[in-house]
Amino acid sequence: MQKFEKFMGIVCPLGRSNVDTDAIIPKQFLKSIQRSGFGPNLFDEWRYLDRGEPGMDSSGRPLNTGFVLNDPRYTGASILLARENFGCGSSREHAPWALLDYGFRVIIAPSFADIFFNNCFKNGILPVRLEEKTVEGLFAQANGPEALRIEVDLASQQLKPEGGEGIGFEVDPFRKHCLLEGLDDIGLTLQHVGDIRAYEQRRRAEAPWLFFHS
Amino acid sequence: MQPKTLYDKLWESHVVREEADGTALLYIDRQLVHEVTSPQAFEGLRLAGRKPWRAETNLATPDHNIPTRNRDRGIEDPVARTQVETLGANCADFGITEFRMDDPRQGIVHVVGPEQGATLPGMTVVCGDSHTSTHGALGALAHGIGTSEVEHVLASQCLIQRKSKAMLIQVEGKTGPGVTAKDIVLAIIGEIGTAGGTGYAIEFAGEAIRDLSVEGRMTVCNMAIEAGARAGFVAVDEKTIDYVKGRPYAPKAEDWDKAVAWWRTLHSDAGATFDRIVTLKAAEIEPQVTWGTSPEMVVSVSDRVPDPAQEKDPVKADGMRRALAYMGLTANTPISEIPVDIVFIGSCTNSRIEDLRAAAQVAKGRKVAANVKQALVVPGSGLVKQQAEAEGLDKVFVEAGFEWRDPGCSMCLAMNDDRLEPGERCASTSNRNFEGRQGPGGRTHLVSPAMAAAAAIAGRFVDVRELGLRP
Ligand code: SF4
Repeated sequence: MQKFEKFMGIVCPLGRSNVDTDAIIPKQFLKSIQRSGFGPNLFDEWRYLDRGEPGMDSSGRPLNTGFVLNDPRYTGASILLARENFGCGSSREHAPWALLDYGFRVIIAPSFADIFFNNCFKNGILPVRLEEKTVEGLFAQANGPEALRIEVDLASQQLKPEGGEGIGFEVDPFRKHCLLEGLDDIGLTLQHVGDIRAYEQRRRAEAPWLFFHS
Repeated sequence: MQPKTLYDKLWESHVVREEADGTALLYIDRQLVHEVTSPQAFEGLRLAGRKPWRAETNLATPDHNIPTRNRDRGIEDPVARTQVETLGANCADFGITEFRMDDPRQGIVHVVGPEQGATLPGMTVVCGDSHTSTHGALGALAHGIGTSEVEHVLASQCLIQRKSKAMLIQVEGKTGPGVTAKDIVLAIIGEIGTAGGTGYAIEFAGEAIRDLSVEGRMTVCNMAIEAGARAGFVAVDEKTIDYVKGRPYAPKAEDWDKAVAWWRTLHSDAGATFDRIVTLKAAEIEPQVTWGTSPEMVVSVSDRVPDPAQEKDPVKADGMRRALAYMGLTANTPISEIPVDIVFIGSCTNSRIEDLRAAAQVAKGRKVAANVKQALVVPGSGLVKQQAEAEGLDKVFVEAGFEWRDPGCSMCLAMNDDRLEPGERCASTSNRNFEGRQGPGGRTHLVSPAMAAAAAIAGRFVDVRELGLRP
């Protein structure tokens, strides 16, 4: 997993509540052999006027220009601003995979579905819960003529809207550590590189045939 | 010193570190890779910017959804083709050896691993496939893992694991003629049930297991998972060592001697304790035929289809009724009166050379019955196929009316176009008789290769011993 570093990003305001995982990435895309490549089909049913199918080249498809992701103001957005209960529905990780593949690293909402919230951390996405009022304030700014940019600093747990006041947020210390260090299950195991190497060294002496091809 | 089980020895020699709560980081010596469960793992590796920890410990081959005929035409199903091509691209990108569809060494991963000497006694072996337990026949600790764990092993050469409980299954005495490894393992599953081994690693032992060839032991260990255990294994003996000797990936020269010295210690010590011991008498085992939709729904060929009315447990009786309805069977029908439409000889359970020899011995000089629509023989690997052809087995099969195919999983799970039509009844040497496993609505009866060949000849299930072992 990539280390979660401080960055400045454009905020895309998705003004809907109860956005479910099927809306985030429709079912027909789950047959894929990949964990990446879901980006073009993120919010597929809202984003395009036709029905998307796996393997389709999305670049020439008719866009729903009324959908916020297609608004030129938010091109390159990396922070998604949403309303309550974001990510409800199934437990499948395709939803965070799609968000990540599109380029979102942070999702701000007043509340999240539980499983989705956990899945975000596993995939290097920071979900930030903020008070309803604060979220509404951000919506007002993000919907303005100029796109809103926010600096996200996980280490100090601060969101700094450009030209505005810093907003503090809560995050579980262990998850914060994993994100900052870029650790997933594999990342955690790889913290024991020394032990693995020591084991290999010992084993190489005892059972060299297990290493003869290396 | 405290006497140890084989499982203790295999486990302890692979612990990299252990946490206070008993979770261990277990070192993996060999990972086998196929097209279906690996793409997201490779993709995860790529996204994280990681490289395989030791690329050379991985060995890949496509097996699940490749065609078993007309390979010169390539793979017609675009989804299957993409998966197979993806495996190829991933292996090329990450420096992993792959036996591709046109390589004579290609085959079902669980046939290829031992055949190449890529899976060895004392190794930890994993694959994104539950039948990885097969490799335990060599005295290895081998089990299936999920896609995220495939990625974990690729990236770190380790798995996060907890030790299972230890079970000993002893099959005492000698089996009668016509009773094979498949019959032994089906009888075991009939005895302990499909959840009997849950939470355990099973060591198969006893005279009847020792008497089996290494290939026969693979058949037994293959189905440990059908008994609920992720891993099953057999102690190393001289047969194991002879089997491994000279195989391409096997150790050579001084390494060989050193390896053999260690391998000879790979057995449970006298007095070692197990959490559970199950004993079966080999002499009581007859050729087995499953009648239902779970491998534990199994009887001897001389028996009748069980009657749910005789079952006291109402939940079980209900399950039996549902299974009978799906299978289109009536209670109390003699097994030998059940006609078959299709015969499938293949799968990682029974597609090695000895399996094909056993089936050919029955088929030789005989003809597939007129009511049998299709009888398929699918060797487990290209090398098994070559060997069988060198022995003339292909001709025996073809003359008898069987189809002789290219290696792969084929009708074991019907991911390619070899599949049952709804309602078709199949005598199959594979390992799962679940609803729809061999095609939607298909009806699977699990049997040994000799029993499958006998069913093809008779057009119904028949005790292979009645046909005589020789024509
Ligand atoms: S032969 Fe069947 S059980 Fe074995 S690996 Fe292939 S699909 Fe799985």
